[in-house]
Amino acid sequence: MLDGANARAAPSRVWLSGHLGLVLLFLYGPILVLMALSFNQAGLPTAWTGFSVKWYGVLLENEAVLAAARNTLIVAVTSTLLATALGALLAIGVEYRRRGPALEAVLFAPMIIPDIVLAIALLSFFTLLEFTLGLHSIILSHVVFNIAFVCAVVRTRLRGFDWSVFEASVDLGANEATTFRRVILPAILPGVLAGAMLSFTLSVDEFIIAFFTAGPGQGSTTLPMQIYSMIRFGVTPEINAMATIVMAVSFALVLLSQRINKGSITG
Amino acid sequence: MKDKAERTVIAIERVTKRYGALKAVDAVSLDLAEGEFFALLGPSGCGKTTLLRAVAGFVRPDEGRVLLDGRDMTPLRPNKRPINMMFQSYALFPHMSVAANVAYGLEVEGVDRRETQRRVGEILEMTHLSDFASRKPDQLSGGQRQRVALARALVKRPRVLLLDEPLAALDKKLREQMQLELKRMQEEVGVTFVVVTHDQEEALVMADRMAVLRDGVVQQVGAPRTLYERPANRFVAGFIGKMNVFRGEAADGGLRVSGRLIRGDGDLAPAARPIAAVRPERLRLVDAPPADGDDAENALPGRILDIAYHGQDMNVRLSVEAAEDPVIVRLTADAAEAGDWSPGREVWCCWRREHTRLLADG
Amino acid sequence: MPRSLLRDWILLGPGLTWLALLLVAPCAIVFFFAFFERGVYGGVDYVFGFDNFGRAFDPLYLSIFLKSAKIAGLATLVALLIGYPAAYAIARAAPRRQTVFLVLVMLPFWSNYLIRTYAWIVLLNREGLINQALTALGLINEPLSLLYNEFAVVTGLVYNYLPFVILAIFASISRLNPETLEASEDLGASSVRTFFRVTLPLTIPGVAAGAVFVFVLSIGNFITPDLLGGGRIQMVGNIIYDQFLTARDWPFGATLSMMLIGVMMILLFTQAMVVRRMQGDREGAHA
Repeated sequence: MLDGANARAAPSRVWLSGHLGLVLLFLYGPILVLMALSFNQAGLPTAWTGFSVKWYGVLLENEAVLAAARNTLIVAVTSTLLATALGALLAIGVEYRRRGPALEAVLFAPMIIPDIVLAIALLSFFTLLEFTLGLHSIILSHVVFNIAFVCAVVRTRLRGFDWSVFEASVDLGANEATTFRRVILPAILPGVLAGAMLSFTLSVDEFIIAFFTAGPGQGSTTLPMQIYSMIRFGVTPEINAMATIVMAVSFALVLLSQRINKGSITG
Repeated sequence: MKDKAERTVIAIERVTKRYGALKAVDAVSLDLAEGEFFALLGPSGCGKTTLLRAVAGFVRPDEGRVLLDGRDMTPLRPNKRPINMMFQSYALFPHMSVAANVAYGLEVEGVDRRETQRRVGEILEMTHLSDFASRKPDQLSGGQRQRVALARALVKRPRVLLLDEPLAALDKKLREQMQLELKRMQEEVGVTFVVVTHDQEEALVMADRMAVLRDGVVQQVGAPRTLYERPANRFVAGFIGKMNVFRGEAADGGLRVSGRLIRGDGDLAPAARPIAAVRPERLRLVDAPPADGDDAENALPGRILDIAYHGQDMNVRLSVEAAEDPVIVRLTADAAEAGDWSPGREVWCCWRREHTRLLADG
Repeated sequence: MPRSLLRDWILLGPGLTWLALLLVAPCAIVFFFAFFERGVYGGVDYVFGFDNFGRAFDPLYLSIFLKSAKIAGLATLVALLIGYPAAYAIARAAPRRQTVFLVLVMLPFWSNYLIRTYAWIVLLNREGLINQALTALGLINEPLSLLYNEFAVVTGLVYNYLPFVILAIFASISRLNPETLEASEDLGASSVRTFFRVTLPLTIPGVAAGAVFVFVLSIGNFITPDLLGGGRIQMVGNIIYDQFLTARDWPFGATLSMMLIGVMMILLFTQAMVVRRMQGDREGAHA
């Protein structure tokens, strides 16, 4: 409908498109440079000396990295499963029977609270209870923010859901468990899957809370913690290789979840 | 028709607008006269809104020109044209009060503050909005919002006001009231109004003249009464009001239908598929056919299918051999009581020769 | 009603219990810590007082707070200036391409924050690509110190949060009734005027949402100043980190956290007010 105006506003359109192009360059340039350098033969990270996948080989022989990756998978999968179940139930509960602003605040807080604050709060809590720290305390902590995100995604899916369908099912003789399984679950399934993937992605990437709640020792180091200590050490081709793998995996996951639940990553 | 100086304000000259392969507007030419209320009528997708937007300047025609008082406006942007538009959604600025909305157009034009205030006050008075001047659009009813949109456009004293489906967002009752209100206001300000509508009744009530569009082509231009009573073709006949259509063969200056000759207005000479058309309210029901040789009357036999009671009148549906669809006869209360009309009865429907349109089925 | 009570408990119970135990309780503990004193050996002495708050307003910490606010504010401003035209460009693209652009913009946002930040170390360091390019072009003789300064930190923050800013502003622009903009032009306004009188005021909720998001996440940020500031740029997040893991003064760390949360809540509240005001208005445009 804007065609006429657009036809005349052509110069501003060119400027806008150019700007958008630059923004995309800004967003992807650094990532692409990183990915390209991961195939750089030389030990030096920033001068191109030839194509090679040897750094991926080096990476795969790094025991610490592999252990960290394993830990991250354990944390992410467990916290995702827990958070998905709890978050989806919460979403239904909240959407079906609206509760006041206190509930909304509790559900909103984990998404917006600075990581460092949640991290120290959990550390204080665990320390006061003299709780032994380890992978399990990371999992417990990750579920906190994952619940909130799963709940938010499922709630968008439920918005506008016709709850009389639920009553109709009960009216037709189904009990509540059957109704949940046959009527509500199919309706929210895409949202639940998207929420689970989001939660998995967040958990895999989360650093500060894991860092604070992992406890002493190497046993419960997660991949981001490993990456952090390697980055502090300096720029190495090995990090580039690892970064490339992590990026590729998360891009794939996000695009997949975008396909499952249209618009879930773009809001 | 009103007695007005037939001075052309807007001349649309062979305007064409394509979207891909589709011609939304196809070589349309129209002359709009000073101070008239003109309606562009047609089904959705007929190109009427595109044409209106071409006059406003939001659509640039691929071919043709739009002249205002003889001056070519085609290259001008909408903000340089002394033409204003009332949008279908009203497009009020939600962050501004009613008064600020109305003042906006004067402000950007650089009218000084005193003058702006005076003119805004004046137009709010005229549109009965003075009490709402400081309200925001979301605090107004649909009808009030419509009047703000009207005031905002009229305060600029445009040469022409374009209205895109101005009443579509209102409920039926308010719509009927606003039809007369719009008409009154147009007469008061004397500005040429061009209204786009898909509602034929709206066009009939408000317009001095109207054009019917179909697939981007003008089908007929004229006064509402002309279009209703003397439609130029089958489409116009069917689009404005209900029309009964009979098929037959051209013969003896009329149409031979089921062995009877139907006479009427219109030239069937080259017509490929001739039809005779007559309005439901022109038909009468009788028990026996009129005497042969009565040139003034047309008549066809039929059987009553059903009867729908509408309060002020009654619609009888007849099955007639040569008719495409069941024939509808609108009987007044008096006529309905004059006979015993019940489903299944064999009857004759007849009507006067001057109420018959003989047309080519385009 | 017992049945529906049971159902409520099944739906809400587990999740809320989790959040009560592991969100509300820990935050409450931090809140109370803020009023206690540091123990001799690093623990917490349960002596009630406001000393920590007095200390937080010590010029040393106040200047760190102000510096954090300045960096966060700068990052917010830059992100808005870059993000608004980008969001506008996406909003004016054909619907099909809009989705593609949005996914492209949001994709990096969902990848690892550390790695995204690390990418800038690679680009900005003394032997990094940017210094190499500038040297090769003969623009500089000596490599520039691009890393470990405020510039690097702001760049990193903008880079990480720009996608969300674009998304928030885009959402606002795409909710605009295009006829409103046409009406402005029809009433005689130039496109520049239309932008400043109609488009911008009506998209303030998106701008506010994006701005609060960047500011809140920047001011409490720990990773970016740590990695791109190289310890030379101290922000509130780093101080909190130090209080907990290095200085072992938990009560003071808790106080700083509470102040951070306080700033955040004020901003969120302001934003909510802006959105509420604008939304009240907006309903008028669509009804």
